[in-house]
Amino acid sequence: MKYLLSLAVGILVGAVMAFAFLLLNPLAEPRALSPLEVGDQPQMMLNYSLVPADAIVHTNNGETRGDPTPGKVQQLWEPAIRNTAVTVAAMSGATGETRAIGIKFASLSESTRLLRNEAMIDSVWHIYMPERGTFVVGQRENRFDYLRTVVLPAMWSSGKRWRGLWRGNVSAGPGSLGTGRFAGGSGEFAGLDADVIESHTVRAWSAESGPVAKEGMLLVELPETVEAAADVL
Amino acid sequence: MFKTFIAGILLGIAGVAAALHTFPAVDQHRETSIISVKPNGGNSEKFHVSVPMDRIMLGASATERSVPAGMDWPQDPAFADLNVELFKLRDARDTVVGVASRIAARDAAAGSAIEWVLHLPARGSVYVTVEPESLEGGVRRGSLRHGTREFGALSGSMTERWISAADTGEGQGRIELETAFLGAAEPDE
Repeated sequence: MKYLLSLAVGILVGAVMAFAFLLLNPLAEPRALSPLEVGDQPQMMLNYSLVPADAIVHTNNGETRGDPTPGKVQQLWEPAIRNTAVTVAAMSGATGETRAIGIKFASLSESTRLLRNEAMIDSVWHIYMPERGTFVVGQRENRFDYLRTVVLPAMWSSGKRWRGLWRGNVSAGPGSLGTGRFAGGSGEFAGLDADVIESHTVRAWSAESGPVAKEGMLLVELPETVEAAADVL
Repeated sequence: MFKTFIAGILLGIAGVAAALHTFPAVDQHRETSIISVKPNGGNSEKFHVSVPMDRIMLGASATERSVPAGMDWPQDPAFADLNVELFKLRDARDTVVGVASRIAARDAAAGSAIEWVLHLPARGSVYVTVEPESLEGGVRRGSLRHGTREFGALSGSMTERWISAADTGEGQGRIELETAFLGAAEPDE
């Protein structure tokens, strides 16, 4: 009997050790440097809030964190789309003035592999910039470091909140350097293909309502044939 | 007993690793695709949205019928000729299989644009740019500009057709989308 008890306690300790290693694995540190930050090509930057209440429209299945905005928006409860969130956001340049409207579709990805520290999201941005044109950004995002640094500590804390500063590049492909793909549709972007990095900054997160202070940034490395407008740099 | 305890630890670690490897953390719901094969080896698939039932959002400065109620659409003059719609996307069986966005813009500097992004969570996304001028029968023709995952290596076209429900009132009906995609040719051995 004592051997059986010893085995059971050992299994429990082993399971806890395995989860602890997953969460504390130093080899899974996020990349500190974006591959686009060392480039010398023109870049375009768009900023936006990732707090659902700040969005023009935000909807999900109604059960995940981040209440749909506005309250009367249709929810994505059907089986095929219940792991998807859609956000429509006003996007600004460096001056803070609205420069674009972006629609983001984000779905949980079946390529998620927690053993490899990958909590993946398949996402697509569809963006319109007045006087410039339209484009999409298709990418895979890895939210593992965000989950283990922000979300889990918030859920485990007594106040059910996390405060601090977390910054990270969430783009994880399909580009070989972990960049997302930009595909231009109209205007000056028509026919252009480029690399994109999306990064997030979190300052506060609540286990009840989700992001409280969270911003995002899309950084597009444009070909030299396109000049980045000064106010979105 | 200590050896049993150590064995238990190893078993626990191996068990967690095996469980994480075996059971998927995410399992997207899939509907069986209804695809017809075309003579050129490509494939065709039909989708539709019912309006207004499937409309999640209608954002435009020029209309007072914005959807959903309470939405704070930007009133900046730069977005005056922009029309953004979000829909739930249905397959030929009338089952919701994804979500879609449609952007229609008239812009003096950038020109006119009509575009769709169809996002099918279990399969991938397609980005289609549509010719603003409609053909006979109210059909607009567009081309696949970019695809992700299952649509990543494809090229092809899509048509958009508005079918008004004459008996139910203005602005009601359905938008039919028919894709015709072709994979890249395989090299000869």
